[in-house]
Amino acid sequence: MGDFDFNVIQRSWVYLFKEGMTFTLTLTAMAMVGGIFFGTLLAMMRLSKFKALSMFAAGYVNLVRSIPLLLVIFWFYFLVPYIGAWVIGSPTPIKVGAFWSSVITFTMFEAAYYSEIMRAGIQAIPRGQVWAGYALGLNYWQTMGTIVLPQAFRNMLPILLTQTIILFQDTSLVYVLSITDFLGAAAKVAQRDGRLVEMYTFAALVYFVICFGLSLLVKRLQARIAIVR
Amino acid sequence: MQYNWNWKIFWEASPDGSGTYLSTLFVGLQWTLATALSAWIIALVVGSLLGVIRTSPIKWAVRLGDAYVELFRNIPLLVQMFLWYFVLPELMPKALGTAIKQMPPPWGSFVPAVLCLGFFTAARVAEQVKAGIQTLPRGQTMAGTAMGLTLPQVYRFILLPVAYRIILPPMTSEFMNIIKNSSVALTIGLVELTARARAMQEYSFQVFEAFTAATLIYIMVNIIVVFGMRWVERKVAVPGFIGPQVAGGGH
Repeated sequence: MGDFDFNVIQRSWVYLFKEGMTFTLTLTAMAMVGGIFFGTLLAMMRLSKFKALSMFAAGYVNLVRSIPLLLVIFWFYFLVPYIGAWVIGSPTPIKVGAFWSSVITFTMFEAAYYSEIMRAGIQAIPRGQVWAGYALGLNYWQTMGTIVLPQAFRNMLPILLTQTIILFQDTSLVYVLSITDFLGAAAKVAQRDGRLVEMYTFAALVYFVICFGLSLLVKRLQARIAIVR
Repeated sequence: MQYNWNWKIFWEASPDGSGTYLSTLFVGLQWTLATALSAWIIALVVGSLLGVIRTSPIKWAVRLGDAYVELFRNIPLLVQMFLWYFVLPELMPKALGTAIKQMPPPWGSFVPAVLCLGFFTAARVAEQVKAGIQTLPRGQTMAGTAMGLTLPQVYRFILLPVAYRIILPPMTSEFMNIIKNSSVALTIGLVELTARARAMQEYSFQVFEAFTAATLIYIMVNIIVVFGMRWVERKVAVPGFIGPQVAGGGH
């Protein structure tokens, strides 16, 4: 530990946060919003009375949940250009930047996990409320949008946020696509300056402080929600 | 849009000279399973110990267990992988550090990967074991000590036998997590299943065939684990108990 070089951190922390952490946070935020949106849709499909919809949703969720995130990252990295070409009718695979590729990957991957949380949340709302909604003349979307989903979100908020902390940690895996996220930036400096010990320890410390802090906040939130109900 | 499908690629020889592409994928699967199973042993032993001390009446032991779980849960697995692989040998005494760094492949990446996955998953196993013990009525501990059992005996003969049965379903998903998470070891050079699929894609340019095969293999492993664990659950089930629900997902 004697030759631990704090200098390298002092020299590089601005770069780490400005380049790396900005990317990590942007990716986390976008994948969270997209993941919860598609996750809720998947949960609604899975609970739908149309067999085809519920089977598709169940199949997608189970497929994504049974393979490693790294394999999903590789899948989408190569698949997205082809899907894009198919959508716009281009004869050759279109170029999708590393950023959008990873946003799509994490959105679609996390949607499977968020959907399981939302499904539990929706199923926890008493059936009678849905019937009451229909009895009042609301249609499916109105019942879902004004009665079921707001409560489901509220009840599931702590778990959704816990999943988001996991998502924040998982974004470090974009390292395999040589993207400069927070860990990628740390790895670049580490290799350039030959300071692996300092940079990786510092990265671990930063991740720990952020995730531990957030998990304390989630615990507080959980306690507050519990009192209100 | 053009992509030349070639499903016959699996029977072509891979350039590393070890056989067909299909056989290299199955060699990768063996490394995935070897890594996951070895790490699972560490995770079970360390996780059970931590889970037990977190429910014990010893204050400092509880705090130690809690600190362990928070530490290993709040650092991304990939960063932990780098800490075990790059950082730990540097912090060791010089001779030992050099010895670790000079381990021949694949052991040079297999050993840190197993340690990393084992101690990472131990934190998650500890949560399950703690939850399992806490679902048991407190009267059981009291009855046990009233009958003259020591605290270790209460855990050994009364609490743990039931707690382990209760947590079998969540432990099944932890076991599948450790199999999936072993793919992260490819970042430190372990050539397991995902890495083999990636290598096959790089050599043959048949991206989607390679990833489809890897995906199918992972699904196959999943199905075997699920059915195997269901069988174990039926064998050891205690009537009247169902598994506890521990909140929070994870991969």
